[in-house]
Amino acid sequence: MSEPLLSTRDVHTYYGKIIALRGVDIDVHAGEIVTMIGANGAGKSTLMMTICGNPHPRQGQIVYDGRDITMMPTHEIMRLGIAQSPEGRRIFRAMTVLENLQMGASLVDPKYFDSDLEKVFHLFPRLKERIKQRGGTMSGGELQMLAIARALMSRPKLLLLDEPSLGLAPLVVKQIFDAIRELNQSEGLTVFLVEQNAFHALKLAHRAYVMVNGKITMSGTGAELLGREDVRAAYLEGGGH
Amino acid sequence: MASTSETAGTGTSGAVPQPERETRLARALRESVIAAGLTAILGFFFLALRTEIETGGLVLSTRWGLWLAAIGIVFVGRLALNLFVFGRLGATTRRKPATTGAGFPVAKVLTWGLLIFAIVLPFFFTIVFPQRDRQYIDLAILIMTYIMLGWGLNIVVGLAGLLDLGYVAFYAVGAYSFGLSAQYLGFGFWTALPLAGLLAASWGMILGFPVLRLRGDYLAIVTLAFGEIIRVVLLNWTDFTGGPNGVSGIPKPTIFGWELGRRDGSFNDLIGVPYDPIQRFIFLYYIIFGLALLTNFVTMRLRRLPIGRAWEALREDEIACRSLGINTRNTKLSAFSIGAMFAGFAGSFFATRQGFISPESFTFLESAIILAIVVLGGLGSQIGVVIAAIAMIGGIEVLRNLDFLKAIFGPDFEPTQYRMLIFGLAMVIIMVWKPRGLVSTREPTATLREKKRISSDVVAQGEGH
Ligand SMILES: Nc1ncnc2c1ncn2[C@@H]1O[C@H](COP(=O)(O)OP(=O)(O)OP(=O)(O)O)[C@@H](O)[C@H]1O
Ligand SMILES: [Mg+2]
Repeated sequence: MSEPLLSTRDVHTYYGKIIALRGVDIDVHAGEIVTMIGANGAGKSTLMMTICGNPHPRQGQIVYDGRDITMMPTHEIMRLGIAQSPEGRRIFRAMTVLENLQMGASLVDPKYFDSDLEKVFHLFPRLKERIKQRGGTMSGGELQMLAIARALMSRPKLLLLDEPSLGLAPLVVKQIFDAIRELNQSEGLTVFLVEQNAFHALKLAHRAYVMVNGKITMSGTGAELLGREDVRAAYLEGGGH
Repeated sequence: MASTSETAGTGTSGAVPQPERETRLARALRESVIAAGLTAILGFFFLALRTEIETGGLVLSTRWGLWLAAIGIVFVGRLALNLFVFGRLGATTRRKPATTGAGFPVAKVLTWGLLIFAIVLPFFFTIVFPQRDRQYIDLAILIMTYIMLGWGLNIVVGLAGLLDLGYVAFYAVGAYSFGLSAQYLGFGFWTALPLAGLLAASWGMILGFPVLRLRGDYLAIVTLAFGEIIRVVLLNWTDFTGGPNGVSGIPKPTIFGWELGRRDGSFNDLIGVPYDPIQRFIFLYYIIFGLALLTNFVTMRLRRLPIGRAWEALREDEIACRSLGINTRNTKLSAFSIGAMFAGFAGSFFATRQGFISPESFTFLESAIILAIVVLGGLGSQIGVVIAAIAMIGGIEVLRNLDFLKAIFGPDFEPTQYRMLIFGLAMVIIMVWKPRGLVSTREPTATLREKKRISSDVVAQGEGH
């Protein structure tokens, strides 16, 4: 295989004295959907944020598209074509749906705006109905759609999604996962996905990692991990099947 | 009962049953009588009776007028509150009809009305109040200065959400830029104006740098300290700034190099119109009006541009901003320095209007007043700032002229002494009645087809702050 689009090597991240990541190595190749599952507090969101440079790792290296981005400031990293739908969604609550989407497109040539808008509305028709609504009054599922749509408006090469299914009804989860698959298949968008909903995530992903306590303990194709007894026991029992 | 149809005229809230007027009036009356009675009892010893030390010992005098006035005020006030404030909020469980743009566009009409009035204001006063026109136009100049300052601070606090308690520092920088450049370099107002803006903006940048990482309370405290530092430096750098004596003899603005006045070679001489001191006031008024309009225009433009949108986004969520590729450092600095620039303009106007400046004019109280205007107006609202500035600065002036109160409270009653009390009271009342400021609707700056407003009253409950 060619060079990965994103790779982390031996990444250690600390919050003050507390260590959150203890040497994480992952690779995400262009055109892949890669997922990471793990228990609460394993360090999944920390890895996402570390990739985005907030916080920076104390040790190790992150390479994106052939460039070392380990110590770059966040806004510069995001300008290289990475977009994130962060944990907690972080929608601008006083702004309307349209304004939120414009914020997502703030670094993109305005000539793409209308067609990109059509694209995300095609993906999430619900957003189109709510275009004038303020972020603060949207439902949880709508917020999640908006967070993904806002990230897409920046025309990313790599999309980072932190628990897009959190708190959503099964039907909405399916809708969102379908949307991710569609983006990946039709446009070749590379997706790195952090999920608690292991069953759906592993079915969707080409490859997957399992994180325990700030370290990667397992990796393989989605199907492989779905078939493993220990994974089923730890992350799937009572899950969504 | 017929009374229900009369109150349902508000539009969308037709489904909400209105309480009957009669019972509400009766209840309001009963509560007002109780309140007035309490005032009568409590006030009897404090207001009605008074002991004075005279030669023969203590003498008891009475002040029935004061006592009755207090009872009357409490009665009327309580009645008005019951009928117009509590009733509406309580009985309909605070559900006000949402302004969805379909109704009467109050804000728009008000904006245009105020603008037209502001344009004709000097002529209005010279024609309608020829005796007091100077006083009124002077007041209008003062209010306009605060409107401009409010709009400038609105960029920093209202849009970017950076709580700046030291805004007056930039006002001072602007004033001293002109004062000192006039004194040492012989600059005129129009030369010094851009310089003042530039210097204030650079100071905004310089002060902005160290506080970039701070937020909320900490930012407020540090900016407060900066405001004081600048004032104290101006006060103590006697050789350069004149210290407490300030800078005097600051020139008046000219019209393309010609002065207003009686002398040969003045503007009046040039165009052959006899000089009248009121012309100077009118001229100053239009200068500050123009500067204020410029501030507003720039703010409105910027709000539509990426930088203005970034300010608003920054106020809401810094992390989200950064993850959208926005350089939060530059965004903050630009808010600080553009806000400071307008304060600098206003400051140099202040210097030319007064002809004299000293550090005394730039105390923390000024910052507090400007901030209060912004907060009361509704953070981020341009028209709200105007209303709040008129109410606060105009209100203080009105207080000075309430001579009839002396008839009630006795000849040594000085209403302006109660200025801060009333100020505080008004602030408490507004914050209880309208916690998000007078005009809390944020007008979306982006629309696809037609414009439509969504009242923030609808948003407020979901927002949790
Ligand atoms: N800002 C912070 N300061 C200190 N500790 C933190 C901070 N953020 C996260 N942590 C700690 O780092 C560890 C990893 O947190 P992280 O948010 O990455 O977990 P996660 O895998 O995303 O969990 P979840 O599935 O619950 O979202 C946790 O122990 C957490 O308490
Ligand atoms: Mg997490």
